Amino acid sequence: MDNRGIDFGFGFLSQESSFDVQFSLIEYSGSDSYARAFLVGLLNTLLVSFISIIICTILGVIIGVARLSSNYLIKNSAAWYVEFFRNIPLLLQIFFWYYAALRALPMPEKANAWFGVTYMTVKGYYIPAMVWENLNVFLYCGLAAIIAIIVLRNYANKLRDIQGKQIPVLFYSASLLIVLPLLSFLIGGVSLEFEIPELKKLSKISYIYEGGISLPPELIALVLALSLYTSTFVAECVRAGIEGVSKGQKEAAASVGLTPNQVLKLVIMPQALRIIIPPTTNQYLNLTKNSSLAAAIAYPDLVLVFAGTALMQTGKAIEIVSITMLTYLTISLTIAAIMNWYNKKIEIKEK
Amino acid sequence: MIQTINFLKPNRDNIKNYSIIGTFLVLVSLIDVISNAFLKINLTSFLPGSLTTLFPLIIGLIGLNMMRIDYSGNKKLDLLNKNINTNNFNALLTLLILFSIIKALPQSLSWMIFDATISGDSKDACTGTGACWTYIKVWFRRFMYGMYPNEFHWRINTAFILVIALGFVGYFMKENLKKYLALYYVIIYPVIAYLVIYYLISGGSFGLQWVETGAWGGLSLTFIVSFFCLIFCFPLGMIFALGRRSNLPAIKYISICYIEFWRGVPLITVLFMSSVMFPMFLPEDFFMDKLVRVIIAITLFEAAYCAEVIRGGLQSLPRGQYDAAKSLGMGYWKMHIFVILPQALKLVIPGIANTFLALVKDTPLIFVVGLAELAGMLALAKTNPKWLGFAMEGYIFASIIFWIICYAMSKYSYNLEAKYKTER
Repeated sequence: MDNRGIDFGFGFLSQESSFDVQFSLIEYSGSDSYARAFLVGLLNTLLVSFISIIICTILGVIIGVARLSSNYLIKNSAAWYVEFFRNIPLLLQIFFWYYAALRALPMPEKANAWFGVTYMTVKGYYIPAMVWENLNVFLYCGLAAIIAIIVLRNYANKLRDIQGKQIPVLFYSASLLIVLPLLSFLIGGVSLEFEIPELKKLSKISYIYEGGISLPPELIALVLALSLYTSTFVAECVRAGIEGVSKGQKEAAASVGLTPNQVLKLVIMPQALRIIIPPTTNQYLNLTKNSSLAAAIAYPDLVLVFAGTALMQTGKAIEIVSITMLTYLTISLTIAAIMNWYNKKIEIKEK
Repeated sequence: MIQTINFLKPNRDNIKNYSIIGTFLVLVSLIDVISNAFLKINLTSFLPGSLTTLFPLIIGLIGLNMMRIDYSGNKKLDLLNKNINTNNFNALLTLLILFSIIKALPQSLSWMIFDATISGDSKDACTGTGACWTYIKVWFRRFMYGMYPNEFHWRINTAFILVIALGFVGYFMKENLKKYLALYYVIIYPVIAYLVIYYLISGGSFGLQWVETGAWGGLSLTFIVSFFCLIFCFPLGMIFALGRRSNLPAIKYISICYIEFWRGVPLITVLFMSSVMFPMFLPEDFFMDKLVRVIIAITLFEAAYCAEVIRGGLQSLPRGQYDAAKSLGMGYWKMHIFVILPQALKLVIPGIANTFLALVKDTPLIFVVGLAELAGMLALAKTNPKWLGFAMEGYIFASIIFWIICYAMSKYSYNLEAKYKTER
């Protein structure tokens, strides 16, 4: 390396980055440091992974359950959904959504409102922004509700173990979760207003929506492709998990006098989840790693911002590529360690 | 008769009335939707507002409800009820799926087939509202062979045919040579395949003109990359799987680090590393082709996944197998080659197939380091000023091709699994 005239060092991280990022969750401008650019990229990666994980879980559970349906049409539609989205490379799916499907959307001035207040246009999805007053009071109320629920659960477990009494924990926790934040609106002085995007004319032919939040088309394409692709794998995990619980378990539980709801909650789900959760977490990890494909459609994620633009500007290839890889490695290994711990905890203790 | 019909609870006594009226109502709802979708005639336009759209659904639900007679004695009706009509919720889902298929069919059919254009050889031929398959037709050779010179395409074809033919040699080997089969596939075959691809596709000797790897591309490049990665990543994965279960701490921890490292990073950063970071560690006068670097990177990456799958198989074998092999006086290698690996590999066929599928689906990523395989060629064609605006056709075409390849691979793996399944 020395005879190539490359100096190794991480000093560049505090230098001024002097490039702009289209979409960022935190305040960022060209005068900020490379370290901050790294943070912007990392947050964008986490954002897209987070949204996709939520959507793919919902879709995956629905499709996985549908594959076990007794209805011929539903079963086969779900099976074809899985076969279809699983066998097309993710990169092609991202390209398809970004370059083909989302380009066919209307221009801002011709867009129809969805649900009255959101606008899906070729330039992105515009949704109302929430303007909070005394947000911290609201958050404290939410926190208090969560703590109260944990206390309540412990108390209910104790009551069940000692006296054999059952109290409807789910109902109480749901009402706590609704009532406490609601109280904060009535008493705590919290108020919420929506800032609805409005069409604004920039020039003769160019329009734009102002106000609200705009989700760039890159983000939407990425979320669509990632969640549809990963949902097929999640669906397979869910199916395997439910099929993995033997029928005898259900019958045995019913014969000791548990109600169908109790059978599901106390017997089927704990066993099914034991099979479902480890491979599903693996899929979430894959999704997070796959979100690096964002670089191909110029969504400013970690790879594009840091391993792309920052690398071009500084030329510090070794440092930047290793930092990027180490970041992903840290995320993966952390989650893997948590999973190992969880697996140890839930595994069937055999003698 | 008709007066005795109880609309809420169909029963066996009036099975004929119920099934006829039910079938009639379902047919009415289907006809309404079909005429709406295909002929654009709204039969129920006399109904107010949203009732028009809900009409087929309501009628269909009532119809299916009337047809739902348990143990009717009619085999066809029972089959129908059991499969699509067990309760109201199921009936609703059935109708919704049927209706959405019917609604989507005419639009997609007319876009893909009836209104589509395939004649001509320029953009002007595409004037209709449908897809422009002319674009695919004109660019077909580019999508398949990349920038490889047109007059040399026979070289790629011949090389592929040769490589595939050599791959089938194992089927026709004589019985007494079968023991060398593994040796052939692991060592000899890759070398021969490499030589064939090097001399035929690269050229440079035997009077064949040299074509640099930068010009390779399209689907053939996808095949070349996946082929070499598949061949190399499997033995490498096996070595690391055995290494991870080794008793020697050094080997064990090196294998663990290797596997966990590659599984923890995304492929795209590995490719970045191979293209920008790796050359810095090489001697200055040493040149390594970009394609070779990419193949090495993908191989190392997928080998880690392969290793984990194979380790799963090794772990699932009962201890007795190891003990039995040892008690016969077998050493480490003999035990693994003749007893452990054949059984373990048989168990992990589905997992290995999944890894290979993932590999094939990952090959488009080499696009980020500037090698234009199918997805890369599409990106090039899309920005060609003469052919703007046909991204949809291109991506649908590529998706179909990849889908066929991957689907065929997964079906083949099911076959393999069934073939090597032994009772245990």
